[in-house]
Amino acid sequence: MAHDSTQTSTADHAHGEHDHHHEQNFWQKYIFSTDHKVIGIQYGIVSLLFLFLGFILISCMRWQLAYPGQPLPILGNLINDLYGGADGIMTPEIYNMFGAMHGNIMVFLAIVPLGFAAFGNYVVPLQIGAPDMAFPRLNMASFWLFFVGAILIFGSMFIPGGPAQAGWTSYSPLASSVPTNGQAYWLVGLVILIASSLLGAVNFIATIIQLRAPGMTWMKMPFFCWAQFVTAFLLLLAFPPLQVAGIMQLFDIVFDTSFFLPTGLIIGGQPAEISGGGSPVLWQHLFWFLAHPEVYVLILPAVGMVSEIITNNTRRPLWGYKTLIYAVMTLGFLSFIVWAHHMYLTGMGTVISTFFQTTTMIISIPSVIILTCLFLTLWGGSMRINTPMLFALAFLPMFGIGGLTGLPLGFSYSDLYLHDTYYVIAHFHYIVAPGTIFAFFAGIYYWFPKATGRYMSDYWGRVHFWLSLVFMNLIFMPMFLQGLAGMHRRMYDGGVTYAGTATPEEGVVGILTKYVEMNQTISIAAWCLGLSQIPFIINFFYSITNGKKVESPNPWKATTLDWQTPTPPPHGNFDGPIEVFNGPYEYSAPGTDDDFLPQNVKPSKGGDTTSAPSTEPVPAK
Amino acid sequence: MSADHDHDIKSHIRTYLIIGAALFVGTVLTVAVSYVDFGSHAINVAVGLLIATVKASLVALFFMHLISEKTAIYLLIGSAFFFFVGLMGLTIWADKNPPNRTQNLQLEQKVAVTEGHSHSEDGDHSNDH
Amino acid sequence: MEIPYTVKPRPDTGVYNAKIGIWLFLASEIMLFGALFSSYIILRITAPEGTWLEGVLNVPIGFGNTLVLIASSVTVVMAWASLKLNNYKAFQRYMIFTVLCALTFLLVKSFEYNEKFHHYEVWTTDETDNRFTGHFDKEWLSEQKAAYKARVAEMDAQYQAALSEWSSSDKSTDAPREPDYPKITFFTLTTAEIRDLSSFLGFDSVIFEKEHKHAYKYAGMPEVDDHAHHDEAGHEGDESHAEGGHGHHETLTIPVGNIKRASAFIPSHSTFFAIYFTLTGLHALHVFLGACVLAYFVFCNRRMWKEDPDRLANRVEVGGLFWHFVDLVWIFLFPVLYLL
Ligand code: HEM
Ligand SMILES: [Cu+2]
Repeated sequence: MAHDSTQTSTADHAHGEHDHHHEQNFWQKYIFSTDHKVIGIQYGIVSLLFLFLGFILISCMRWQLAYPGQPLPILGNLINDLYGGADGIMTPEIYNMFGAMHGNIMVFLAIVPLGFAAFGNYVVPLQIGAPDMAFPRLNMASFWLFFVGAILIFGSMFIPGGPAQAGWTSYSPLASSVPTNGQAYWLVGLVILIASSLLGAVNFIATIIQLRAPGMTWMKMPFFCWAQFVTAFLLLLAFPPLQVAGIMQLFDIVFDTSFFLPTGLIIGGQPAEISGGGSPVLWQHLFWFLAHPEVYVLILPAVGMVSEIITNNTRRPLWGYKTLIYAVMTLGFLSFIVWAHHMYLTGMGTVISTFFQTTTMIISIPSVIILTCLFLTLWGGSMRINTPMLFALAFLPMFGIGGLTGLPLGFSYSDLYLHDTYYVIAHFHYIVAPGTIFAFFAGIYYWFPKATGRYMSDYWGRVHFWLSLVFMNLIFMPMFLQGLAGMHRRMYDGGVTYAGTATPEEGVVGILTKYVEMNQTISIAAWCLGLSQIPFIINFFYSITNGKKVESPNPWKATTLDWQTPTPPPHGNFDGPIEVFNGPYEYSAPGTDDDFLPQNVKPSKGGDTTSAPSTEPVPAK
Repeated sequence: MSADHDHDIKSHIRTYLIIGAALFVGTVLTVAVSYVDFGSHAINVAVGLLIATVKASLVALFFMHLISEKTAIYLLIGSAFFFFVGLMGLTIWADKNPPNRTQNLQLEQKVAVTEGHSHSEDGDHSNDH
Repeated sequence: MEIPYTVKPRPDTGVYNAKIGIWLFLASEIMLFGALFSSYIILRITAPEGTWLEGVLNVPIGFGNTLVLIASSVTVVMAWASLKLNNYKAFQRYMIFTVLCALTFLLVKSFEYNEKFHHYEVWTTDETDNRFTGHFDKEWLSEQKAAYKARVAEMDAQYQAALSEWSSSDKSTDAPREPDYPKITFFTLTTAEIRDLSSFLGFDSVIFEKEHKHAYKYAGMPEVDDHAHHDEAGHEGDESHAEGGHGHHETLTIPVGNIKRASAFIPSHSTFFAIYFTLTGLHALHVFLGACVLAYFVFCNRRMWKEDPDRLANRVEVGGLFWHFVDLVWIFLFPVLYLL
């Protein structure tokens, strides 16, 4: 287990005087731990597992899209046993279940916990020079609440009737009329998960406000912490409305209320036995009030990590550090008032739709500023290329593609056409898959030596990188074309029904066959992407025990406080009181011996930085 | 704890009791005005909400000590309140601005146009066939 | 290293950790209840004409409960002030009073809920879309309940007997079928349950105590004056508290076939009751949890008072902040749900 070996080496460092942790047994140390680093690793393991499961689901769906109606290899019989159907063929219901669960798992159980909770927990207290989170026991409670919620959501895949089927957006009345208890499981799980996120967000904000080391002023805080700070606010204020909506939809299902069910609803040809009078659009408002900020929750931790890694490897200060901070705050603020750009097709008045189009266009400005600053940081730097840097560099164009293709979706006029097509799928996956996931890989390669005291292999890291880069783009680039050609998302047969029916001369709308055939290319690329992760997985586990040992606690010669502790850091993080003198990115500053000045080292005229941990050149391999 | 501090707290206690009494009166008032017909339901709602807001502010300012809090907490509560108003306001606005009104408007204009240029409209039609 | 600022405030922010923590939590609570209030408004303004109920709640009870909560809000802040004045005894008194207020509130609320579960609205088809409220005749209902239970017990017994006979036989015949009867809890009755019950027990009309007081009103509907010589159509206000079987009643015998829909005042009755139960239920949950925490402070934290009185005072302050917030929410809930 990853966290086992991580912690055994730190065991003897553990500070006896910290709180009431005198002698910790196995359970206290690894399972019900209150140490933010252990909790971070726990989150990391669970969410990586879910990332894998979410990928398995989409791999099955990709089979159905590429070869509709043909028996699914390997898992075919299993899904028949679980959900019915025969001959290993995926039924439409199973397709819907997998689609909904892919979205839910990826968003709520993989990316958010990985970026915000895992990296945040591990890195933020270290970077601000805090001994732990402000409320360590609350931190543990968040993790276990998350775990329970995750088990409920994922466990619903194995109940009779199967899991939720109404997409990750779970629109009512569809969501309350699919005949499975899975939806209720999902909702209960979601409400618990949100409770966990809220506790986590409270903890992060309180920690950042209260526990910054002496001298760590707001404008000396690493950008990653800023990103996490804003992210925590998004979670804190945007999640409660979805919690409310979840409770109401749950009541629609278990108590037969009609919050989201309109008068005169007919289900399966029968008038539904409900009081009616509810508002389906209300669900969408509450859902998207969360779900738009949620996309920034998915991306901001990634942006933060990438900026740490890029500055470290270009050996230059972060370009426009303050600008970035203001941009990220503006982004956070605006992200609360753009949500209805997902709802242009609900029948919106022109005035309100203009409002949301305007705010959507405005919010793209800080996003572009962020990307520009990161690009400018590269300018003229003497770049050090290693695996984390490769992933971080690739993040930039991927995020750029994802962001720019979002603009047409922000205008109601073009969204009328693009809404719910594969164009949308391609757009947001460019952000969350090659974007966020690449940043997370960068983060894993970058902080792995911190957590374990060993490097991951750079060679296999590069193999992993290039394969992933190629296949990610082979998956998602063609989807833009499919979407522009009018192919709808959530289509069970991948559009075969409509293939070749397009006869523009006669005014018949359909999809040209060549776009449907792209499904096979995409699917093969997707499976290859899965295979390309094998080097990573082996590298990861092998390096925990056999990787090359780091030469110093600060192998990347970084300035931030997370690298100024013993590696791996003990319980309590720092050996003694720590004080901050410098900004977070004092790279290549004039007047220093070395090309960097850690935040806790007093700058001295004579260039005497002896107290800085000595560092060898970073190995190329 | 200094005597000064004790004195402070004692004067606080007086405030608490006064505010408590004000809240009781406010509650009676809320019920009372709900039986008064102000002419339109909307005014009744507005008056009721106004009294509730005043009462709630008293609780927040004095019982929760918001009247003398630190900037960090003002910022926090301010932002939450702002986003709450945003959520409520924009949702209601979205509901109050349904598309059909503009559609009807366009229809009306179109009708006007057709009437004005019946000739060219006819021409279009013949092209269609 | 110890975690700093757990008790003493951090100089530059001026607050201790838990205080920032609770205010952050309250910020999210503002969004939670805020979203529910917004939902209430949307549901109300988009309700199709004639489906939004008004004036059905029991104002005196709501009024009393409001006073109870306000009183508890005063005492909880007094409890904190007493701690600051080093007066532990007074702290205990105030805190226990606060917790008792909370329990009173919950008790009253549960009676109020219970009343709703027994209060029905019936839509019949006999005249023009007739609706009225009241409750099933108590005797009639308990008779049906007894009959149902007896019948079910009888069927169960028959089944058990047949089963044991079959299992001791050579099992050449099919196993006896499980008895097939409608599952009815009698907690509340839905339309479908009434129909099932009538065919199961063989009655063809229900006995209903119809309220004469004009006890409810649908927004946007002309007032239903179902009792012409009862001249009270004008003032639904002060006469509107006729729930729970007080006031005049008329006993009706309604053929089951004429019942279009019958529902107790439960969440599935209407979006009004749905949001009413959700809002007040969530609020009651907060009251309950808050009361537990406050009770914990007064009953289980005596040692802390001796060892670290500042820490206890902080705890009480933080708990109090939560409690005031719960009160604050109710200050809005009361007029919005009961009066407006
Ligand atoms: C890296 C491999 C991934 C692949 C190949 C992939 C592929 C797909 C495809 C093809 C769909 C459309 C399914 C359909 O409409 O029928 C989809 C939907 C979706 N994906 Fe992914 N995805 C990947 C990763 C992710 C990640 C990391 C996220 C994280 C946020 C994510 C979130 C979603 C969501 C929210 C949907 C919409 C589900 C719905 O329709 O309700 N995906 N994905
Ligand atoms: Cu959005």
